Amino acid sequence: MRKLSAFNLAALCVGIAFLYLPIVILVVYSFNASRLVAVWGGWSTSWYAALADDAPLLSAAFISLRVAVVSASAATLLGTLAAVALTRFGRFRGRLLFASMIYAPLVMPEVITGLSMLLLFVAVSVDRGFWTVVVGHTTMAMCFVAVIVQSRLVDFDVSLEEAAMDLGASPAQTFIAVTLPLILPAITASWMLAFALSLDDLVIASFTTGPGATTLPIRIYSEVRLGVSPEMNAVCSLMIAVVGVAVIAASLLTKLGAARGVQARVQASGV
Amino acid sequence: MKSNGRSFLAGLVVGIPYAWLVAFFLAPFLIVLKISLSQTAMAQPPYVPVLDLAAGWHGIARFFAGLSLDNYVFLGSDPLYVLSYVKSIEIAAFSTLLLLVISYPVSYAMTRVPRRLQPALVLLIILPFWTSLLIRIYAWMNILQHDGPLNRLLLAFDLVREPPVWLSTNTAVYIGMVYSYLPFMVLPLYATLEKLDETLLEAAADLGCPRWKTFWLVTLPLSVPGVVAGALLCFIPLVGEFVIPDLLGGSRTAMIGQAIWTEFFANKDWPTAAAVAVVLVCLLVTPIVIFQHQTMRTAEGDS
Repeated sequence: MRKLSAFNLAALCVGIAFLYLPIVILVVYSFNASRLVAVWGGWSTSWYAALADDAPLLSAAFISLRVAVVSASAATLLGTLAAVALTRFGRFRGRLLFASMIYAPLVMPEVITGLSMLLLFVAVSVDRGFWTVVVGHTTMAMCFVAVIVQSRLVDFDVSLEEAAMDLGASPAQTFIAVTLPLILPAITASWMLAFALSLDDLVIASFTTGPGATTLPIRIYSEVRLGVSPEMNAVCSLMIAVVGVAVIAASLLTKLGAARGVQARVQASGV
Repeated sequence: MKSNGRSFLAGLVVGIPYAWLVAFFLAPFLIVLKISLSQTAMAQPPYVPVLDLAAGWHGIARFFAGLSLDNYVFLGSDPLYVLSYVKSIEIAAFSTLLLLVISYPVSYAMTRVPRRLQPALVLLIILPFWTSLLIRIYAWMNILQHDGPLNRLLLAFDLVREPPVWLSTNTAVYIGMVYSYLPFMVLPLYATLEKLDETLLEAAADLGCPRWKTFWLVTLPLSVPGVVAGALLCFIPLVGEFVIPDLLGGSRTAMIGQAIWTEFFANKDWPTAAAVAVVLVCLLVTPIVIFQHQTMRTAEGDS
């Protein structure tokens, strides 16, 4: 019954080509020797070499990396706690508000999240800079982490935890010895995704940044508004490469995690 | 003593993320609400009234007396903002419709592929989403520019006489929006279609129902939850989208996200920016509540 018709195949190919062609074109153009973006002047890596001399760009990239590492780590910790709270604590008081605050940032336009965060920092008169961007990114990313880890915790065999507790382990010991190893791949994957989200974000960073904390997307945005340039093609291609590697690694880890979860369940039922 | 320690630990697990979200998501929101009721001032912070707790009750009373709805009255009376809201909703709605029409055949085809290949396809669809929106839109600026690949392709095949202008048009905005939000539409649709009970289709076929009619009477109605989820996931953020209309659209496609940005960064009119944001949130609250209701129901259905 499930058959792939010619129409299905065409839809699939067109869909995937539509998604990937613009990215491929961008990467190909980044190797264009010609200064004129529209004219093909042969292959060259000169634009990548030119990036090494662009000091403001390099410092922006360094700031972005630091923000991404710190905020991804904080978001993973907070998001994992939130996921545990949502799946293992039943219906505690204020759960509805809690769940709402997890889901709302996922769909809230970034302009609003950014604006409100900035107004908070102004109201409590905090100097904006590196740490305010980190807080902004942590808040946005922790919700993604919570949703990913939560989905892992939901299809997780609770009897494994119950067995540990029956044998006298405290909830904290159970979490560390049983739950954590099983959800670790999901946690690692979330960290990488949070890292990618932070590295990519323009809007929240623009609102929450201050002097001396220009991130890479802010820098790229100010250049890109003026038009297309070969240097920007090269920077964007590099970012695609970094994020691509992180995301593929993350998804392989999740798959590994799912496989390991099944294995554990089989072992548990075998005993 | 031991159980005290346990509940303390449990309290931390809930309390830490809870406190973080209250401090950095809920509180900022209340502040936006407050500032939207304030007036611009040549001061730091650039609005009045400022809550002066040191002045005690008197200060609090003065603070509340200083609040006013003037900004909202201003928004309602200025056709520029009203038009901007209408335009944003219109563009987001039409983009969502386009996304639905384009994504449905793709999602449907994904369910027809051999099962072991499907996870790879899902990954292939998600992957572009993780590269920066800014970069993906920039890639389209490359393609759509005056002497870019698209126009040269059209000229080479003699499809046009004069290279058409793409950038700074609504068409470019629609292309950018459909491109950027495609995964958000394809994945919920795929998730619903994938769960569809095959035997229903077989039953319809056995009873002599033509394929198109089976699709219309069985597949489509059963995929409504996926359609709703996908439409909401796209529509809500699209209304407030900033990067896409800013880089691909012209000055005529002034969406509300751009209005907030300009009021804030160019005009430094914080109270107006806050009021624009509050009205936008109010417009989006209904779909967000529907979305939440849906996610909670699916989450509970799965567990």
